Amino acid sequence: MEQNVQEELWSVTIDGNEIKVKPGTTVLQAARMIGENVPPAMCYYSKLEGSGGKCRTCLVKVSQGSTKDPRPMPKLVASCRTTVMDGMVVQNTTSPEVKEARAGVVEFLLLNHPLDCPICDQAGECHLQDLGYEHGKQKTRYEFKRRTFERIDIGPYIQLHMTRCILCYRCVFTCDQITNERVHGILNRGDAAEISTYIEKAIDNDFSGNVIDVCPVGALTDKTFRFKSRVWFTKPVQASCNCGKCSGKVTLWYKGEEVIRVTARKDQWGEVESFICNTCRFERKKTSDWTIEGPTHVDNKSVISANHYELKYDQPVIPQKTSLHADHPSFKEDKKLLN
Amino acid sequence: MQSLSGRKKNVVNKKMTIGEKLYLPAIIGGMFVTLKHFFGKSKTVKYPEVKRNFSENYRGLHVLKKDDTGAERCTACGLCALSCPAEAITMTAAERTKEDKGLYREEKYAAVYEINMLRCIFCGLCEEACPKQAIFLTSEEIAPANYDRGDFIFGKDKLVEKQHHPVGKIRGGGPYSKEHYHQHGKNKSIF
Repeated sequence: MEQNVQEELWSVTIDGNEIKVKPGTTVLQAARMIGENVPPAMCYYSKLEGSGGKCRTCLVKVSQGSTKDPRPMPKLVASCRTTVMDGMVVQNTTSPEVKEARAGVVEFLLLNHPLDCPICDQAGECHLQDLGYEHGKQKTRYEFKRRTFERIDIGPYIQLHMTRCILCYRCVFTCDQITNERVHGILNRGDAAEISTYIEKAIDNDFSGNVIDVCPVGALTDKTFRFKSRVWFTKPVQASCNCGKCSGKVTLWYKGEEVIRVTARKDQWGEVESFICNTCRFERKKTSDWTIEGPTHVDNKSVISANHYELKYDQPVIPQKTSLHADHPSFKEDKKLLN
Repeated sequence: MQSLSGRKKNVVNKKMTIGEKLYLPAIIGGMFVTLKHFFGKSKTVKYPEVKRNFSENYRGLHVLKKDDTGAERCTACGLCALSCPAEAITMTAAERTKEDKGLYREEKYAAVYEINMLRCIFCGLCEEACPKQAIFLTSEEIAPANYDRGDFIFGKDKLVEKQHHPVGKIRGGGPYSKEHYHQHGKNKSIF
């Protein structure tokens, strides 16, 4: 009996694409399984327990609750926190209501964002840039003074630009989950909320550098990479090493012959594949420290793909003749034919 | 076959008349056209003694602008270099120190900014890409000729305007500016 319950699959339709998923799957996860019309997510991170439900960019419309109760849900729901029901029908980009709501969410997220992309090291791989470009409006209607903070150094390697933060809590969850003790969190409430270590206490943990990777904006950045280069002038390369502390699977970012940055590998949703340790991230910056596996695939919509070329198709294999020696029988036959 | 465009003309192998066979009327006619140009107004100017005025949207030599306070606008964001189809622009960014606060507008600035004038095709895409209104292609100067290929790599010494000029496409003084040429007293504009 228990076996049957586990194998039961519920069907959910997202923008006309139907998929069967296990009960307990969220709408966002189901959309990612389909791979088309995936709602954007700024705070949800599948590798971080408890993340999601904060940024509201993944809002979707549920036009049919389930087969048993086909009434639509009264309000737009956050797809990262809503689990599927059997026969649920979800509208993402096909619903004008969702598009409008999402544009509003983007406007809210950008209220206090300084839009200093020309200076920010995250520009080019920033999820907020992508979100604003795809779902936002051209202009802001906000006329008031934006909140500003002083830059804070969290330890020798990480810099916090609280001005850019969108309060997604990803870094807080990372520290809760990856590190042994809680090292930083959110202070104050509402508009005054900020990520901080309180008395600017340094994070002293081997995996603290991962907060840079999970940050969807340029709030937490690598100090060793600060102003070194724009992301689109660097070349990403997959590399690995035998690291005792982490998986050792990283992406190296080259500028010329020099490794200027090491990050964890990211999947198509911009989430890290495995968290890497600070030694790999900040200290191994020589090619000799790594085994190069090949170039990183860069999506052709990304600005990083400018001037990076990949082979679109497999190269044709030209069958080689076993020997071109004059004594070879095939050569003799050719000669006969020529005569 | 019927002509698709309707503009097809058949060649007629017509015999020439005596007047046409003599050639002289045709030669005289041709000479008349030539002579007419001797006495007409010349369409060229004697460069470099005389210079034409540029149109307002002319894309000439680049200038890196300053803002009203005299601080450099460029933040080395790299968008000009990204948009450049000829890959003529390179730059190195640096962080502004506290002492340099008046010199640069943002916390990041271009420590090195170079345009290779041999590569540049003066398309103006850098000007369009710039989010800070820092780079413009002036409407008053062209990239000067030179003897050495190395001299065509223009650094910040040649690109940054010396005095701020509020209009983007005009450089406020500099080695190749209008004022510089006029100081040498030779040049006059014909328009």
